[in-house]
Amino acid sequence: MKRKLLLKRLPVHLIVIALAAVWLAPSLGLLVSSFRPRQDLLSSGWWTAVITPSQWSRFTTANYRDVLTQQGMGRAFLNSFLITVPTTLITLTIAALAAYALAWMEFRGRQVLLMTVIGLIVIPLQMTLIPVLRMFNAFRLSGTFPGIWLAHAGYGLPLMIYLLRNFFGALPRELFESAFIDGATPFRAFVKLVLPLSVPVLASAAIFQFLWVWNDLLVALVYLGGFEEVAPLTLRLSLLVGSRGQDWHLLTAAAFVSMIVPMIVFLSLQRYFVRGILAGAIKG
Amino acid sequence: MNMGRAHWLYLAPALLLLGVFLVYPSAETIRLSFYGPRSDTFVGVQNYVRAFTSRPMLIAFRNNLLWLGVFTLFTVGMGLVLAVLLDRVRYEAVIKSVIFLPMAISYVAAGVIWRFVYAFRPAVAPQIGLLNAIVVGLGGQPVGWLIQRPWVNNIALIVVGVWVWTGFCMVIISAAYKGIPREMQEAARIDGANEWQVFRHVTIPFLKSTLAVVTTTMIVFVLKVFDIVYMMTNGAYDTDVIANRMYNEMFQFSNYGMASAIAVILFLAIVPFLVLNVRRFRVQEAVR
Repeated sequence: MKRKLLLKRLPVHLIVIALAAVWLAPSLGLLVSSFRPRQDLLSSGWWTAVITPSQWSRFTTANYRDVLTQQGMGRAFLNSFLITVPTTLITLTIAALAAYALAWMEFRGRQVLLMTVIGLIVIPLQMTLIPVLRMFNAFRLSGTFPGIWLAHAGYGLPLMIYLLRNFFGALPRELFESAFIDGATPFRAFVKLVLPLSVPVLASAAIFQFLWVWNDLLVALVYLGGFEEVAPLTLRLSLLVGSRGQDWHLLTAAAFVSMIVPMIVFLSLQRYFVRGILAGAIKG
Repeated sequence: MNMGRAHWLYLAPALLLLGVFLVYPSAETIRLSFYGPRSDTFVGVQNYVRAFTSRPMLIAFRNNLLWLGVFTLFTVGMGLVLAVLLDRVRYEAVIKSVIFLPMAISYVAAGVIWRFVYAFRPAVAPQIGLLNAIVVGLGGQPVGWLIQRPWVNNIALIVVGVWVWTGFCMVIISAAYKGIPREMQEAARIDGANEWQVFRHVTIPFLKSTLAVVTTTMIVFVLKVFDIVYMMTNGAYDTDVIANRMYNEMFQFSNYGMASAIAVILFLAIVPFLVLNVRRFRVQEAVR
């Protein structure tokens, strides 16, 4: 009976494992190649380095040293943090305040405001690039960190407000009533009640915004494009592809450098990331 | 709670940013789309006429349609298949992470990864790209995956998108799939339904609204697809898409009128989904 079941399930196992292998192979190739010397990379496929034990001793970290020091990926790594961390904090703070008002304060036009925010979630960035770029040039915000913090915050807000408001709105009404009877101000209720209760959803939102900003190319390209000293990893990597498109030993190492932080975030906080996606599936 | 005007204090920062970065620029872009390259002369609908008649734009439209069909079909389809199959194996979590992982990395990195998979060398040289190594290993000639127009290279780009987004579809569909009451499927099986019939008549109807959400999300993404094309071909060899055209009109040709018109067209294509989003939200609110 058990063997029969296993046999019946065999196709399922085969399909699933095959698909996983197909999904993993491209990234695996990148990782292996990033540790191979240039000549090796050009003379044989990365899989030969895996299956030929005599080649294992040739693996090297020289590519990483090169991209981090010579190709500017080290500076870009720092820039990515300087862009992403403040952006995430700004977006979340502003979104949480707005979401709180939209969930628990009664005022005229609340529904209309809410609908507008929901509608703004799907506005294509492309609709805003030219006027914002002109504004940035006029106020000398192009190529500055504060400029890109604000732009990313603006673009990220609709989804963040939506996510947080849905969660805040589901908190029990009695919670607020008893807090106010005890004499708490709305702001105190926000800081002492709402925020601590919302840690999981705040984490989801933060991971979402963090990954989105870290991985962004378009916004950085448009508002930071001409300013190499503030370029994040994505921008630096895309420049590298343009200038050293056939130097696979550098490209693979540089790509891996740009992936390492999102992968750590993903692998350690996957649970929250999934939760955010499930709650925010509305976003395009 | 009612407390006078205090709510505006909470809303002000958000409204300011939304106004400055989304609402005002969108309105301004619509205005600019009726002006010339330098935004100083009114040209009426001339940009739009050109957008719908020029060859590069028509190719971009065609490609976006191709993306729309192939990308959406494969991401949602494979997401569904994976959600159903993975429910039956014990190592579900591991495989899910593997399929979902590309979602965490940038399209720029994904672009490098796949340019490497697609790497092309003449038949006499050793193939270093995985795909051509397989083709040559099977006795074929190496293929210029990113050059061979019009279908091979466009499909090659779409594959990258599918690689990134299938995990997203899988996660959402899987969550809904696990919400199907087991008894429903069991009852159908006891009544003599085979696995396909259970899938077709119990699972699919149950997942219908989730599939609709996932599909619309994919469509909205597809219309805006930019990074993948920008990174892999930058639109060369007839692989251009609308969003990439907009970028090039803006920076390569400094034609702000044309770029704005393209952005507005993109926006108009997305409006139906904006309406859907708001509607769905209102239904949600009504049951809350």
